[in-house]
Amino acid sequence: MAENPTWWPFAVILAGAAATYVWRGLGVALSGRIDPGGRAFEWAACIAYALVAALVARMIVLPTGPLAETPMVDRLGATALSLAVYFLAGRSLLWSVGAGVGALILVTWGRAGFL
Amino acid sequence: MPQSLPKEDFGGRRAAALVGIRRAAGVPAIVLGASFIGFGALVHQTGLSIWHALFSTATGWAQPGQVALFELYGIGASILVISVAVTLTSVRLLPMAVTFMPLVRAPGTPRWLYYLAANWVAVTTWAFAMRDCPRMPTEERLPYFLGFACTLWGITLVTTGLGFMLAGVVPLPVTLGLVFINPIYFMLMTAADVRSRARVLAVVLGAAGGPALYLLTPDWSLLLAGAGAGSLGFLLGGGFRRRS
Repeated sequence: MAENPTWWPFAVILAGAAATYVWRGLGVALSGRIDPGGRAFEWAACIAYALVAALVARMIVLPTGPLAETPMVDRLGATALSLAVYFLAGRSLLWSVGAGVGALILVTWGRAGFL
Repeated sequence: MPQSLPKEDFGGRRAAALVGIRRAAGVPAIVLGASFIGFGALVHQTGLSIWHALFSTATGWAQPGQVALFELYGIGASILVISVAVTLTSVRLLPMAVTFMPLVRAPGTPRWLYYLAANWVAVTTWAFAMRDCPRMPTEERLPYFLGFACTLWGITLVTTGLGFMLAGVVPLPVTLGLVFINPIYFMLMTAADVRSRARVLAVVLGAAGGPALYLLTPDWSLLLAGAGAGSLGFLLGGGFRRRS
């Protein structure tokens, strides 16, 4: 992105921050006047969850950057291990994230011969 | 359930804020701190600077939106696509803010303080507030929340910088692992949170559609997968039916 001025990334980040705050501010303004259990909220929640799921799946299956150098089977294996630990070890985020990330590091290192 | 937990009275606003600070500096700090190490490492791999990473955590504190922003920026998406994607990712904050507000409303609190506090409504802080605040006197709730949330905010600022710096220094497999924290953490947060049938369908369809659409149109794929899979999941999962 060499053609963009140096302040451009900051402008994009600020736009993202505004896009995030809009919902928080709106929530304060509307509280007491709308039903958070309503159908419109459920639809919005579904879209938000689907978007995050799409992002997560894309980052694991088709990563950009250096993660793309790792074999797909390693990433999927580490993901499966992480999910398994999560549901078997009492839904602990700490242990399950640690297991998945640790597994990917060890396997990648092992393939390189622990140099 | 809030009723079954014992009542708490810290004896004043100041004391409540201190308890909030102390509680944040435990397991929540470790988990959220680690996930922001991943975020910092991710920004490093997009080729942007540590200041961009820190500016993002300082201003738009909602990690899925932050990661979506840098991922999209990294593949050269336009500011319009990025803004719409972040907006859609952050919709979940609206019902959170709506349910959070009645909890912390107290006489004598200036209105701007609510709007300021809302900036730290995020998955972790909201969940803790919903669990703990109903047990406190109303005037102690907002100080407790601000102590809790601002501590986490400060810690994540530090770990964002830490992740960025580590990514350039540690061996490559470790850098890859740090970047890998993001998708794994979000996947588990989503798995922990998804309860209704419509949301489960939305997540499954989104996970399938995300990579597939990315092959067709990299920069629009997130929006299409989110809106398409989300709406489809909502319809197929009986989203229009009232919950019993």
